Formats: sequence, C-alpha cells, structure tokens
Amino acid sequence: MRESPENAAIIEFDNVRYAVDSQRDLLRGLNLQVRRGETLVLLGRSGSGKTTTLKLINCLLVPSSGEVRVEGRSTLAWDPIQLRRRIGYVIQEVGLFPHFTVERNVGLVPGIEGWPRERIRERVRELLLLVGLDPQLGSRYPRELSGGQRQRVGVARALAADPPILLMDEPFGALDPITRSEIQHEFLALEQRLKKTVVFVTHDLREGLLLASAGGRIGLFEAGRLVGVYTAEEFLRAGDPLVAEYLAAFRGGDNLIAG
Amino acid sequence: MGLLRFFLTNHVEVLELTGEHLWLVGVSMLLAVVVGVPLGILLTRRPSLNKPILGSANIMQTVPSLALFGLLLPVPWIGARADRLTILALTLYALLPIIRNTHAGITGVDRAVVEAGRGMGMTDRQLLFQVELPLALGVIIAGVRVATVISVGVATIAAAIGAGGLGEYIFRGLAMVNNNLILAGAVPAALLALAADVVLGQVERRLRASQ
Repeated sequence: MRESPENAAIIEFDNVRYAVDSQRDLLRGLNLQVRRGETLVLLGRSGSGKTTTLKLINCLLVPSSGEVRVEGRSTLAWDPIQLRRRIGYVIQEVGLFPHFTVERNVGLVPGIEGWPRERIRERVRELLLLVGLDPQLGSRYPRELSGGQRQRVGVARALAADPPILLMDEPFGALDPITRSEIQHEFLALEQRLKKTVVFVTHDLREGLLLASAGGRIGLFEAGRLVGVYTAEEFLRAGDPLVAEYLAAFRGGDNLIAG
Repeated sequence: MGLLRFFLTNHVEVLELTGEHLWLVGVSMLLAVVVGVPLGILLTRRPSLNKPILGSANIMQTVPSLALFGLLLPVPWIGARADRLTILALTLYALLPIIRNTHAGITGVDRAVVEAGRGMGMTDRQLLFQVELPLALGVIIAGVRVATVISVGVATIAAAIGAGGLGEYIFRGLAMVNNNLILAGAVPAALLALAADVVLGQVERRLRASQ
C-alpha cells in the first residue's frame, strides 16, 4: 500500500457502472473521490443509486465495469474480508445479533481479529461511553434496548476496531424525530472528534446538510447518476434544477437553514 | 388390568424390545442429522440444488414405509440384515423434515443480521457457526422432533421384516389375535413417541425463548 498525503483520496470511483442484469443499470458513469478524513453525504431519492455506491466500497457489490479503489487498491485486489474489517458498517435496521449481549456485539470485529479479551472489554467500555451509553448496558441483550440505544450500539460496533472508514446507510432512519435529531447532533460531534472518513447515505436533506456542515460535502444522486458534489452552502445556493426540486420538496413548513 | 400383569411377567422382554426400538430410532436419527443438516446448509448456499435434494427427500417420504422396506431388501449388504435395512429406511424418512427445517431455519434468520455480519468482515464459516446456526437452532430442533416422532412410528413396522423392536409384539398379537400383546407393543411405542415429542419440544422452547 503506497503512502498517501494527508488530503489524498482514500476512496475513488473510476467510471464505475453497476448493473443488475443486462437491462438495468443501477449506477452509470460514476466518478467520485472521497478525501481522507472528510464526511461525504450521499443524498438522493430511493433507487437513485446511493446505497449501491456505498456497497461498492466494502465490496458487498462488485462493479460491472470501471474500478473502485480503497486506499489506492482496487476493491477486486483486496481480500474482501480484510477490506470489510477495516471499514465500519452501520445499516438502518442495525442488525445487532439477538443472541449476543451488547458487549459481545460491540466487540465482534476485535473478537474475530483475535484481540485479547481484556483489551476487548476495555475497548467496549470506552466505546459505549463514547456513544453516550451506560457501560452497564454491556450485559444486556439487544431486545432489552430502545431503538435509539440499539442504533448507538450499532455505531459503537462499527467503531470497535478503529477503522479509518465508516459507511453508514440511512442509520437513523428508523428512529423517532426527537431521538433522531439528538443522535444526529451527537454523531456530528463524534465525527469531528474522531476525524474518520465517513460516507453517509440518506434521503433526508436536513440530515445531509447537518452532517456535511463541518467541512463535509454532499453528493446528489438521481436515477443512477451522480449529479454533483457540493458543500452545504453551495448546495443551498446551487442553480441546478434538481437541487431546486429537492430544496422545494423540503420547504413545506420546515426551516432548513436553522436545522 | 391384563396389560399391566403382562408387563410385570414379561418385563425383561419388554425392556429388550424397547431397547431395540430405541436403538433403531437413535442410530437412524443420528445419521439423519449428520447427513441432513449439512445438506440443508448446502441448500442455503446453492439454491439451485433445491429441486434435486428436496425432491429426492420428498420421494422417500411418499413411498409407504412397508413398501420402502420391501424395495430395500434386494440391496446388497443393506438388505442382508434387517436392522441395517431398517436403519437406512428410518434415516431416509427422517431426512426431509431435517433438511427442510435446516434450510428454513437458516433462511429465516433476519436478513439485516446476516448483512451486518457480512459487512463487518465475517467469513462465511464464521457467519454460519456464530450467527446462522445458533439462530436457526430452534427451527432445526423442531424438524428433529417431527422426524423422531415419525421414526418411532415407522420403526414399529420394522418388526415385519424381523428387525425387532416393539412392533414384534404388535405383529405377534395380530397373528395370534391377542389384544394384550398388541397393546403391549403399541402402548410403549406411543409413549416413546410422546416422550420424544415432549422432551424435544422443551429443548425447542428453551432455544426459541433465548431469542
């Protein structure tokens, strides 16, 4: 793996196309670079290609043509298992193992990587505190937790092995609006502390603007194409009709700027 | 009652036949699990094998048990001894519920859990042994339970070809028109089936509760 300067691209999409069969292209002509340490929000409607883009990064999907590179290497050249262990993955349904305690769930990747037990226990404690949970919850089972608590455990689990990259697929979508807003703001603070590279998929404009507000960018997807990449301010001022459409859809009764 | 007196006077033989019965069912269930569970797992990895595997197991089930015994008689080595033949037939009968339940149990695991596991870098083997099998265990045991109860029943027919077991009493009783004898075979067999159902049902319930 070659040495990369501070702001180099840690993830690159090079003319990537992804097709499910010969008829349907879920993603076309994708050229995108994610800088080390930045937060990139993938914004778009359902079916616009943003989740597909995310899954191409940790090799859950493989490009039909073009190349996806992580840390300078094509995802096809990586051992997919090794690649995924270096990338934190958080999904909307969380997917905590119901038969594992919270502690065992969070310590999953360190466990399969063979960390000594004491180190795992320490790390789990540290992470639960980091995501705002009482470490005592470690001995509980996921079914005993609220939705918000479960999602926090999901984030803790993704951070356990201290991966440089974090992929998040509409992670807060299933939460009620109050919990959701709470957890968004906490996550924003966490992002800035940890300085990881985060790729965050959402269809919620307000969430996207918030998470990109600290120097991040927003990539707008529509019908399998990346329409453009903007900072939060650029997005709000963009003349692109699609952006305008997106903004208009959210204007109903909402105060976007304050979000 | 005449039946109770029969059991008391012939308790050695009753225990012997019950032991034979348990042996026939026990060995065949073990074989069925050893073959059936991996086949069920294979099915989840290669769905194209669905038709051949489930199809064959289904055919075994549709053949009436007595006919299956008859069909297997000419087979070399197996057909030579009644107990071998019986064990093979019982195993074949038990395969369908076990394969099908293993497959259903694994595919029934929450997709989000499997996706999360895979996305975090678990290998297929780790996913199988740490996530899918533990979560599918309740459903798999349900299949074992059904198969065991069926086996206890089919094993009574094994006496027709001389394999022993409680069916001995039933066939002897039928031939001699002796009700007590028939019951002496039928009642313990029914109790065995019930016991298997209850015990395995408890195991199943305990496993499902922990999810």
